[in-house]
Parts: sequence; C-alpha cells; structure tokens
Amino acid sequence: MKSLKLNKTTRWNYLTYLLVILAYVILQVLGSTGSISSSLKGMLVPICAYIVMAISLNLTVGVLGELSLGHAGFMSMGAFTGVTAAIALQDAVPAAPLRMAIALAVGAAFAALAGFLIGIPVLRLNGDYLAIVTLAFGEIIKSIFNNLYVGVDSKGLHLSLLSDKTNLAEGGKLIIAGPMGIGGIQKISTFTAGFVLVMITLIVVFHLVNSRAGRAIMAIRDNRIAAESVGVNVTKYKMMAFVTSAALAGAAGSLFAMNYSTIVANKFDFNTSILVLVFVVLGGLGNMLGSIIAAAALTILPEALRQFSDYRMLVYAIVLILVMLVTNNPTLKSFFSRFKPGNRSGKEAV
Amino acid sequence: MTFLNFLISGISLGSIYAIIALGYTMVYGIAKMLNFAHGDVIMVGAYICFYAVSRFNLPPLVGVILAMTVCTVLGMVVERLAYKPLRQAPSLAVLITAIGVSYFLQNTALLLWSSNPKVFPNFFTSGSGETAKTGVELFGGQLKISYVTLFTIIICIVIMLALTWFTGKTKMGKAMRACSEDKGAAQLMGINVDATISMTFAIGSGLAAVAGVLLCSAYPTLVPTTGSMPGIKAFTAAVFGGIGSIPGAFLGGLLLGVIEIFAKAYISTQLSDAVVFAVLIIVLLVKPAGLLGKQIREKV
Repeated sequence: MKSLKLNKTTRWNYLTYLLVILAYVILQVLGSTGSISSSLKGMLVPICAYIVMAISLNLTVGVLGELSLGHAGFMSMGAFTGVTAAIALQDAVPAAPLRMAIALAVGAAFAALAGFLIGIPVLRLNGDYLAIVTLAFGEIIKSIFNNLYVGVDSKGLHLSLLSDKTNLAEGGKLIIAGPMGIGGIQKISTFTAGFVLVMITLIVVFHLVNSRAGRAIMAIRDNRIAAESVGVNVTKYKMMAFVTSAALAGAAGSLFAMNYSTIVANKFDFNTSILVLVFVVLGGLGNMLGSIIAAAALTILPEALRQFSDYRMLVYAIVLILVMLVTNNPTLKSFFSRFKPGNRSGKEAV
Repeated sequence: MTFLNFLISGISLGSIYAIIALGYTMVYGIAKMLNFAHGDVIMVGAYICFYAVSRFNLPPLVGVILAMTVCTVLGMVVERLAYKPLRQAPSLAVLITAIGVSYFLQNTALLLWSSNPKVFPNFFTSGSGETAKTGVELFGGQLKISYVTLFTIIICIVIMLALTWFTGKTKMGKAMRACSEDKGAAQLMGINVDATISMTFAIGSGLAAVAGVLLCSAYPTLVPTTGSMPGIKAFTAAVFGGIGSIPGAFLGGLLLGVIEIFAKAYISTQLSDAVVFAVLIIVLLVKPAGLLGKQIREKV
C-alpha cells in the first residue's frame, strides 16, 4: 500500500485540482438552474482570467522570488495579439471554440516572446531594480499599444505606429485603432474555456515546480550564490520561469479580452499589475490554491461591497491593510495563533 | 531658442520629480521599503493648498505651509499605524500595505473632494488683475520663462542644499544616515531608530506637499489620481539616480524631466513615456545600481 501514500506537495496539488473542478461543477449546476445572479455570471470569465494571472505571477514572485510590477504588460500583449488573431481568422475558422483556442495560443506565444525579450535585460538585475524595470516594460507596452494601428485586408496585416497609415485596400478593416483599442470583438470567451485554461495553467505550473527545473528555480530563489556554486544555470532557469509566467499571462489576457466587446490598452496599466500582485501576496507566496482563492474573492469583493456604494473601494483598502497587518505583525500573529488548534505555542523564529 | 525653452521646462519638471524622488529615496534608504503611497501624499498636499487658498481665501504662503503641516502629520500617522507594525515583516507585505494606503488616500480624496477636476490657481504672478504677468521674457520675447518654472527650480535647489546640510551636519541627519547603514548598530549607539524613521517620513511627506503645490501650479488640473503618475515617474527617477542616494534622486529627477520634455518635443508626445522608460532600462543595464547608487558586493 506504499504507492498510495502521496507526499504533502502532491496531495496539496491534487486538492487544488479537485477544488477547482468542484467549483466549476457547482457553478455550472447553479448556472443551469438559474440560481446565480447575472452580475456574478458576468464575472466568471474575468475571475478565471485573474486566477490565471495570479498563478502565473506567483510563479515569478513566489517560486522564482523576483518582484514583477509589469505583469499586466504581458496580459496586454496576449489580449491584443490574441484578439487580432481571432478577428483575422473570423472567416477562416468558423468554429468559435477552435478560434478561441487559437487566439489563446497566439496570445500566449506573443507574450512568451515578449517575456523572453524583456527577460534578457531584466534578469541581469536584482531586487527592486528588477521590479522597476518590469514596471517600465509594462508602461512601454501600454504606450505602444496605445499608439499602434493594425489593419487587415486581402493583402494581409498592416501595421503602423502613431497614426493610421495602414492604407487598407477595399474591404479591409482596422483591428487595433490606437488609443481606441479594439472594438467589435465577438465575445467568444466562455466559463468553460476559462475553466480549461485554469486547469492547464495549474498542470503546467505544478509540473514545472515539481520538476528538476522547478527545484533549480527554487534553489535560485533561496540562495542564488549557493545554487550557482552547485552548477545551476541561473540565467536559464530564471528565464524558464519568467517566460512560462509571461506565456500564461498572455493566454489570460486573450481570455479576458474576448469577454468584452471593446478593449483598450489603458485597461492593462500599472494598477492592474498591482491588483494581481495583491492577489498573489494575499494568497501566499508560492501557494497556488491561495492565489486562486484570493483572486476569486478579491474580484467578487468590490461587487459584494456594492451596498456600501461610494465607500466600497475605501472598505477594500482598509480590508487590505488590516489583512496585511494581521497576517504579518508578530504580536497580532501570535495572538491569533492561540486560537488555532495544533499550533498552540505561537512561537516565531526571530 | 526653442531648445533653450524646452531645456528650461524640462529642468522645471525635473525639479518637481526630484523633490518627489527625494521623499522616495529617503524612505527607501532608511526603511528599505517602496512607499507607493508617496504619490498620493502629493495629491493630498495639493488639495489642502487648493482649498486653503480658493475657498478660505488664505494667502498662498499660508496655504503651502498648511499643506506641508497636514502632509507631515499624515506621513507620520500612516507610518505609525500601517508601516511600523510591519517593521520585521517581509518587504512584499510592506509593499502591499503601502498600496493599500495609496488606495485608501485616493478613495478618501474621492469621497471628500469628488472626482470633478479642480483648476488650481496660479500663485506665481506679479501685478494684479488684467495686467498680471505670469513670467519673464528674455531676448525680446524669444525666451519665455514663467514664474512657476523659475520658482520650481529655485525651490528645488534650496531644498537640495537644505537636505544636504541636514543629513551632513545635524544630529538628526547623522542619525538618519547611521540608521540607513545599519539599524542594529545605530540602536546600539543610542539612536532612537523609531523616532528617526518617523522623522524621515515626516520630511518626505512635507516635501511631497511642496511638490504637489508646484506640480499643480505648472499643470493645473487636480483630481484624486493626480499624484499617481508623477509618483511612479519620481520613483523611476529615484531608481535612475540610485535609490537611497539623495544626490542621486536630484540628478535622476532632473534627467528624467529633461528627457521627458525632449522626447515630447522631438520624438512624439504620445510615446514620451515609452522613451523615458526605455532610457531608464538602458541606464540600468549599464549601471545596475543607478547613476550614483553604490554597487553592494554580495557576501557569501
């Protein structure tokens, strides 16, 4: 019976899969019986997208241990390229689910490419300098998409910066219209697609973290010099984590964008990056289930606080500060740990 | 002549960034935290000054002093309530708390002062009524320098000199430098670390109020999110010059302002932010610790 004994990490991973599937089934059943409100129903896809964003950022921040403040940049990359692909293929691929899958793949591929290009300079830096460079890249991507014009006609794709110089042929159409973003998107994102993406993300991340590469990545996080001295190729593994994270964020961006009829570059600004970072930190660094729960709860929270109307973001801010204080202050922490069974000592390593 | 005009407005914008960046860099140097709420303190300062002058008809100087007082107190209160309990916590937790404080300040401002843009009055005029002059003209009107620009640059230089004197010569300033080098050792030497950190926040927030007034005098639209973009830019400036270094913040701020205005003038208005950030990335690649930052060797 030894083979049935799973180690703690594996059990935890299976529990995560199980809970996600359970949540999906419950929401589907509730949805078909019509017992969830329409506002919640409308939020299901964004919640899935934010969950994927949170898991992918957790890979960078929690597993790789580098603070990234520009994760929304990858989301933007994925959103714009994915939607462009979906619109360009509208006639060629009539089946919506297939087009959706292609769009997600395109978004992920372009975001991975962006992640690779950004990773080359970024991963040479450390700590807060790395954080500021990711912030800078996020802002640069936002600026570029705000000024990018992409059109499609019989001769293929046309690109131009700053002003519309695409000179489309008869019957062509402008897909990305600079600061106006993309309009007239077919809403082909579904909750099922979101669920599948979340599951794929979990599988990818768990397999990466529990592999030889994942252990190398965590070794770099815990002590870069020690890892280097035992022969871990720091740049390679850092890049691996960073690009995977970017690709997943790109797919999340595609999913997110195709839930709305219009999408603009300003949606994916610094605040969005911060929002996702908040999910990751509140959920716990390196804890994927925590990220999922935090992303879902904090996306619903502002809606649930609607009864406070004007005060809801204020309440959100106060909740955020209080949670951080309660979970991180040694005095408060030991006070609360007294109520936890099995953890009676409440001792803290200083 | 247009080049000179751009250069002067760049230096003026850069001076504002430098004053904000000083707050970032001092707090980072001593508390090792990125205080993302700093940009919102700027906004609070600007609002206080706006209401003091426009609604209560106080003289501008009183308005500025009032704004500085309120922001100083605000900075100390925020430090005491939100950051001090997290002194031992991981830096990410403190970062998220700072973001929470930033949301809190923005939304409080939204509730108190609404999202309607306020038009900030221009204090820096000579004469009165219709004939009021807003600037000086040189070379027969070819070179126009507004009083706001002139004052911003002068105030920035004064602040810079005062801070250099303060950190170099006074007891409190020396305590600050000691704390930023080694908190434990500073405490053993009898320095009150908590009071020193509190003082740093007070100075940083007071400077933020000045920056807020100057910023809104130059760009007179005031909304609850006024502070966030200049905040990010100033943070970038602080990193640019080498975070933790006071002359670095000054230099970084000035350079960032000049680059931004030149990018706007000669490359493209819309892409100026992208150019600024691209320059930052290139500088960090060549000098990974910023222009004047100290490269700290990792000990094994």
